[in-house]
Amino acid sequence: MNLDEALKTFIIESRELLEQMEEALLRIEQEPDDAEVVNAIFRAAHTIKGSAGLFGLEYVVAFTHVAESVLDKVRSGELRVDADLIALLLESRDHIGVLVDHAAEGEEPGDATNQHGGELITRLNAYLGHQAEAKPAGMPVEHEHKFEKEGGGRVATDNWHISLRFGPDLLCNGMDPLAFIRYLETLGEIVNVVTLTEAIPALSEIDPESCYLGFEISFQSNADKAAIEGVFEFVREDSQIAIMPPHSKAYEYLKLIQDLPEQEMRLGEILVKCGTLTRAELENTLREQAQNSEHPPRPIGEVLVEKHIVQATVVEAALEKQKQVKESKSAEASLIRVDAEKLDQLINLVGELTIAGAGASLAAQRSGIPELQEATATMSRLVEEVRDSALTLRMVQIGGTFNRFQRVVRDVSKELGKDIRLEISGAETELDKTVVEKIGDPLTHLVRNSMDHGIEPAEVRVANGKPAHGSLKLNAYHDSGSIVIEVIDDGGGLKKDRILMKAIERGLVQPDANLSDKEIFNLIFEPGFSTADAISNLSGRGVGMDVVKRNIMALRGTVDLDSVEGQGTTVSIRLPLTLAIIDGFLVSVGKSSFVIPLDLVVECIELSDEDRSAAGERNYLSLRGQVLPYLRLRDQFDIEGDRVRRENVVVVQYGNARAGLVVDTLQGEFQTVIKPLGRIFSHINGIGGSTILGSGEVALILDVPRLVQQVSSKGERSMFEA
Amino acid sequence: MSGNEKTDGNAVQFAVEGEMTIFRAAELKAAMLPEIARAQEIEVDLSHVTEIDSAGVQLMVAAKLEAILRGKELRFTGHSKPVLDMLDLCDLGGFFGDQIIISSHAS
Repeated sequence: MNLDEALKTFIIESRELLEQMEEALLRIEQEPDDAEVVNAIFRAAHTIKGSAGLFGLEYVVAFTHVAESVLDKVRSGELRVDADLIALLLESRDHIGVLVDHAAEGEEPGDATNQHGGELITRLNAYLGHQAEAKPAGMPVEHEHKFEKEGGGRVATDNWHISLRFGPDLLCNGMDPLAFIRYLETLGEIVNVVTLTEAIPALSEIDPESCYLGFEISFQSNADKAAIEGVFEFVREDSQIAIMPPHSKAYEYLKLIQDLPEQEMRLGEILVKCGTLTRAELENTLREQAQNSEHPPRPIGEVLVEKHIVQATVVEAALEKQKQVKESKSAEASLIRVDAEKLDQLINLVGELTIAGAGASLAAQRSGIPELQEATATMSRLVEEVRDSALTLRMVQIGGTFNRFQRVVRDVSKELGKDIRLEISGAETELDKTVVEKIGDPLTHLVRNSMDHGIEPAEVRVANGKPAHGSLKLNAYHDSGSIVIEVIDDGGGLKKDRILMKAIERGLVQPDANLSDKEIFNLIFEPGFSTADAISNLSGRGVGMDVVKRNIMALRGTVDLDSVEGQGTTVSIRLPLTLAIIDGFLVSVGKSSFVIPLDLVVECIELSDEDRSAAGERNYLSLRGQVLPYLRLRDQFDIEGDRVRRENVVVVQYGNARAGLVVDTLQGEFQTVIKPLGRIFSHINGIGGSTILGSGEVALILDVPRLVQQVSSKGERSMFEA
Repeated sequence: MSGNEKTDGNAVQFAVEGEMTIFRAAELKAAMLPEIARAQEIEVDLSHVTEIDSAGVQLMVAAKLEAILRGKELRFTGHSKPVLDMLDLCDLGGFFGDQIIISSHAS
């Protein structure tokens, strides 16, 4: 691992930690007494500081240190969290984010950033009081010595003892042991350091790029064990590190615990194996724990400490070890970090494989050799499975994106002076990573819009008999090959007649147009509407709803709006699960082939003679008594050639609308890789992309949502006219 | 390593210039070995060391050991600020036993 890569990892991890920190900070607002959440915030800040120190990012260390000190006071219970403190900590978090961005760019922060940092530090210091300079360096800290029975045999020193033996490859890996020791100084005072030079060979023998160093350090600090251990986070794996807290009962126990082989063991066993406990003591304790069964069983470590059998620090070290073993095991088992580019490459290859596979199947069919056909059939099935699992690799839960809105909602409601709560459901719904990345901006806009213009001020709400606090819901679910994301508010809803009035005024619709409620609501996505000023609850925000719609359409998705005046508005975004590969249904018209996404196909029927002859007068047919508007692809795309004798109708459904697409022949199912069309084709209505058939010919992928929309509005109109 | 070398009978003087870090560790080792072989008394001028890390410290220790094993005398002189800082950090001043001049001008 070279330094650049390590830095990249640091940046990625820091951003993740900052996200966790934000989430925890928002959570702590609701549950200020949850120690675990406070710990999570502290750990995030601490880890960022520690890692930043390794890279010599002084500006990150300096600032984060102050924030961490404040968090430490919260953790120890000296400070209570309140709204102001959380706001400050959130700002500090953002500032750390800015500093990390600077680190990513490889530049020092500018004056404005530094000034902002300085202001934050001043405000943070206010929480620290004078504690910071109270303790002159080198003064021994008074510790209360508490002796318990069997507590003898302790090391008398007040200091931590840190024993370090660095691994030989450390230097090659771009790490400098001295940097760790230098960094240790930020946590406390190094009382004494002994550099072990015994392992260093003479110059003629030395491998100058191997690390031979070891250190024994006596260290005075108020930091806790986790903090000190954090310093050595990056070298823990290939070095021997032992950290003994002050007043350790006996150095050897801890050392032994640290040196235990990596395997999961129960705490008691660990302690027995170290000699901290005898087998009899362990059994006694376990028996006692079982007898007190009217209380919920307590962790064995707690029982042992209470009985003064072992010292808390020993237990802590053992637990730490256990946790490390567990953590490293579960992390090994469940997660690998993979470069997103590699995944994209894999998906591309799988795409090509799918096309090649289709070609092979076609050739096999033509050849008429049964063995070959069988082989290609098996292969197609396997390719399909490979494709599906490759695609799931890129699937991520939408929860991460949703959770970011906790902060948006919090900040915007402060800004607007409204009390708005965010509810999240369907967070576990999965969709393609690229889609998730691109949906953030439109969602943010919708959420802000709902909060700003949808949800009324508290007084108005109360007057209308609603709860004073507004509620905003983000919901996601899967529906027929798409994911639906809903932004639901319980605000005032859209005012239909005013929208219509405005639209007529702007020339978007004819005054005599006969529009359904939905069509009227959807008018606000029209470009002319974004700068509307007269309709107060729709006023623009720089970026209009038309941009939201355009962004979503670019993802082959649709956006729909439903609203009940006085009760709220629901915006539904419907998106394809993936952008790369679809199961298609291949049809042809004349010499052209088209692919319809299979998820959207409901059924196929033959176009009856009666409907055929009526074509031209009306473009809908009766499907088991239901009206089904339809569209001739031949007419839609001006395909030459005579009409065939028998035509087929593919019934497609998108959302709630159904339509028929009239084609010449049905070719059957077909896996396709979506290839984007060039820019010059972007104006063609009804085509979403292209793909390559097994024969090498190009087929066009139909943009079914657009066609359905076109057909159903035309169909309705012609029905009214008929 | 610099060309700033003087051989005077049984004594040799040379200076290490620039960084004494992992990036140059192999190069420095190769350069120092023959110097130590050349004379009975070796003086290494560290006044132009701009940066030193663990690898550099190891080299200093290794050079000193090499000299001791061969029954020679090796001294480091003119420690620059980074070198002094480092010696202070790992408390190795005593190990080398060199005369360290605390300079009043920060370099």
